Amino acid sequence: MQVTDKLVEDLANLSRLSFNEQEKEEIKKDLQKMISFVNKLNEVNTDGVEPLLHMTDAVNVYREDIVQGSMRKEEALLNAPAADGNYFKVPKVIKK
Amino acid sequence: MSGSTTCVEAAHYYLSAIRAKLRLNAFVDIYEEELLERAAALDKKRSSGAPIGKLHGVITGIKDVICYKGHKVTAASRILHKFTATYNATAVQKLLDEEALIIGSLNCDEFAMGSSNENSFYGNVLNALDEGRVPGGSSGGSAVAVQAGLCMVSLGSDTGGSVRQPADFCGIVGLKPTYGRISRYGLIAYASSFDQIGIFANNVPDVAAVLQVISGNDDFDSTASAISPDEYTFDTPSTGTYKIAYFKEALEHPSLDQEIAGTIKSFINNLPTQHFKVRAISFDLLDYIVPAYYVLTTAEASSNLSRFDGVRYGYRTNDDMADLTEFYKDTRSAGFGKEVKRRIMLGNFVLSSGYFDAYFTQAQKVRKQLSDKTALIFNDFDAILLPTVPSTAFKIGEKKDDPIAMYLADIYTVFANLTGIPAISIPLFRHSNGMPFGLQIMTYRFSELSLLSLSHQLMNVSRQDLHQSTNP
Repeated sequence: MQVTDKLVEDLANLSRLSFNEQEKEEIKKDLQKMISFVNKLNEVNTDGVEPLLHMTDAVNVYREDIVQGSMRKEEALLNAPAADGNYFKVPKVIKK
Repeated sequence: MSGSTTCVEAAHYYLSAIRAKLRLNAFVDIYEEELLERAAALDKKRSSGAPIGKLHGVITGIKDVICYKGHKVTAASRILHKFTATYNATAVQKLLDEEALIIGSLNCDEFAMGSSNENSFYGNVLNALDEGRVPGGSSGGSAVAVQAGLCMVSLGSDTGGSVRQPADFCGIVGLKPTYGRISRYGLIAYASSFDQIGIFANNVPDVAAVLQVISGNDDFDSTASAISPDEYTFDTPSTGTYKIAYFKEALEHPSLDQEIAGTIKSFINNLPTQHFKVRAISFDLLDYIVPAYYVLTTAEASSNLSRFDGVRYGYRTNDDMADLTEFYKDTRSAGFGKEVKRRIMLGNFVLSSGYFDAYFTQAQKVRKQLSDKTALIFNDFDAILLPTVPSTAFKIGEKKDDPIAMYLADIYTVFANLTGIPAISIPLFRHSNGMPFGLQIMTYRFSELSLLSLSHQLMNVSRQDLHQSTNP
């Protein structure tokens, strides 16, 4: 399949990434190569095969419902790029 | 390390080794002060006659994707370069409980994506045997730290070969355990159904000692198996017979270096037949495993890495931004490197509507076929032998601009991650170009006991061979 500018732009938007013109050409070329490469999978006959969804045989791993592994608020905010002591700060999202 | 030395002396020894080899760029962070304090505390405890831990004084390095509370963990990425871990990974907690000494965090490819350690925010790691060559990746720093004697053992992570491939390039032992053997709690996720913490050491018993400590179930990771860790002993040589398979297609593959193919074939054919029954079997899916791997891992990565949005942690762009979507895009575009962006893009492609069934579902079906085939093979055989990598360590820059050439070098390692089985690379051989290369051994899920004893035995077989050939 052909990787178009439109596809690159759509994927960049889904990925929350932006590319300048030069980077866009580069990623387009890379995607074209990578997609042709993985296209090889279509040669495999998988009729009647169920997709493998889980890597373990375990089902319903239960434990007692005891609170553990939680983190204090100060610790959770420690790595925040911007916080005011109680909350993470984000850019203003509601426009007038 | 018993009797003749102290933990403090060992710590000083390794710290000065690190200082002498800083140019290898293996470490991201060195915990000097804390290491010496903990070493002194261990010495005091031991001399008081208190019982000592299973890894008492073992100088250990950890890959920069594993959380150690209060220490930076950055996945070698700009987007996390100021991030401090707020809790311990379960594997780290278990190391500390058994009195291992953590000496520092180790360089790697960004978010563990890469096969050469050329994708790090902190720059390349150099192979200590030839500084013009890559150490392999993604756990390049973890491999070089053990190779160059900068720590005794180290932890890496292996999603498609990121422990075994650098172990092969550096001439040491690297184990990827069964999926679920070691808790992934506190391991920065790349592809969650593939990721597994792995272990580097100079020999198999050291790998086993660490594995025994860090494996086991975990309340914080429901995929960590309840199957108890094995007790590994290497005192009595096994007297049984191993039934061993190798893939004909793998040793005849056009991408495989001819000398590596010849060396491994002759090693296999010369195994003493009273202990090893070896048979070549056919494996026709070989050329599909790398494509299946890249479809599934990039899909999982695009989803795992969506959490890096510049809000709760990590790098954030200038936030006077008018639009929230632009804010995310700016943050992520400046925070992630090229290879990470490529994989996020491919991952979102294979997951997007219209392509999902043709790529993602198809790859999951191929994974099911691989998994079923593998189970059948292990009905008849105890182990599978393969090369670890099709070539020895390549030159820095050689494959940097060709993602496909880089991905194809994973042909022998991704199989174990797709099927969840344990696999190890042991350093048995040396190429005429001067670089080492390994033999890869795989057993069935949760058969680490047999994997490690077989590996130990093969290392001894090889040592005897060498001995005989140099003393005819």
